[in-house]
Amino acid sequence: MEAVAFWVLAVAAVGTGVAVFVVDSMARATFALLASFLCAGGELLLVGLRYLGVLVVLMMIMEMLVMAVFMVMYMMNPAGLMPMSMTHNRRGALAVAGGAFAALAAGILLVPWPERRGRPPRDPTVALGDAVMGSSMLVMMVIGVAILATMIATVVLATHRGRYDA
Amino acid sequence: MVEVLVLGALAVAAATLSGTLAGRPAAAPFREAARLLTLQRRRTVRADVLLTRIGVVSLPMAAALAALVVPFGGRVALSTSVGVVWFNAMEVVAWASVWLVGWGVNSAYALVGGYRFVAQGLAYELPHMFALITASLAAHSLDLRVIGGAQHGLWYAVWMPVAFAVYLVSTLAMTFWGPFGHPLGADLAGGAALELSGPDLLVFLAGRYGLLAVSAGVAVPLFLGGGAGPLLPGWSWSLVKTCAVLSLLVWTRHRLPVLRMDRFMTAAWTVLIPATLLQMLVVGIVVV
Repeated sequence: MEAVAFWVLAVAAVGTGVAVFVVDSMARATFALLASFLCAGGELLLVGLRYLGVLVVLMMIMEMLVMAVFMVMYMMNPAGLMPMSMTHNRRGALAVAGGAFAALAAGILLVPWPERRGRPPRDPTVALGDAVMGSSMLVMMVIGVAILATMIATVVLATHRGRYDA
Repeated sequence: MVEVLVLGALAVAAATLSGTLAGRPAAAPFREAARLLTLQRRRTVRADVLLTRIGVVSLPMAAALAALVVPFGGRVALSTSVGVVWFNAMEVVAWASVWLVGWGVNSAYALVGGYRFVAQGLAYELPHMFALITASLAAHSLDLRVIGGAQHGLWYAVWMPVAFAVYLVSTLAMTFWGPFGHPLGADLAGGAALELSGPDLLVFLAGRYGLLAVSAGVAVPLFLGGGAGPLLPGWSWSLVKTCAVLSLLVWTRHRLPVLRMDRFMTAAWTVLIPATLLQMLVVGIVVV
């Protein structure tokens, strides 16, 4: 059952990833990419990383909606419903993509994978957070709030109104 | 699964209440639903039908998926340790729904409505998220049942009133309802839903009522003590509290004017976010 779900999600993730470069509308490309990310989030849920999986779903939807605004804004044909192409410099892109794929696939096959030692922790999210942040957790939390405050203050000061006309 | 069906019934009740507050007979929403079902689809020139359909269908689907984690007393359709995050993720699906509907129909006013909602969603998501996290912080859990059970006698709404108020306000914004109905505003002749007709419009609006009902249901374990209460069993107290919150949310539509969102956006960024951060600081200090 889990194996079937894994393969369905994996094929869907790659398929929608390919669709990004096949479809002829920027809106469709954006949402094909979102679908691909959601499948990746589903894979995380499948391996038991519940918090990370749901977080990927949440963040990717928000991110791709913001992306949609910018992708449509910067495209060659902003009206968006006209045909367009997502591919440029085909030969070079193909070479780079093929090379990257070959290197990664070779890595999968050639690297000696370590055997599992010990058991998975009861809460993988806590373990992962501890491994990444460790003792600098408090510092990072404070910096996070400071960055957020800076971003908001910058935007508020930079917008056309906001400084003199609330 | 009963919990999801109950929330669906509450969504229908919300539509009826909204009609009654506007002075229409109680059967009006059902009559309107029957009318929409028999109506023929309106077609627009060069519409992106696929994206429009995805947008229309994803709204009620997101509401139903969010309803899976809403507890009634101790009962819940899907018990998970990350219910709060899941609920928030499903709320955000509404951004995609409204934008897709606004984009897909290839109509200028609908497009403006779709963009309005992305901006509104982004501005109110942060305070919304902080309000959710504040309750989780106090209960040391992202599980809605644990949060509901952690409020021994003292509801979170009482000792973190700012978070509760911000939750209610940002919920209205996330469900583009009442004072935050600008994305579907009358100044845009109906905004994002302008070109939807017949069954499409029915499904889309039903999804919004569903989201409203689910948001009211989540407020209960987050801030109103979950199923706690004298005499009656837990699920019935949850139901009573959910109905009360839902009525309040529906009521705002008929008593408050629609806010010009571009003006009120500044308030979200400069008032609500600092307020929720301070509230979180206070809660953090008290808890630790």
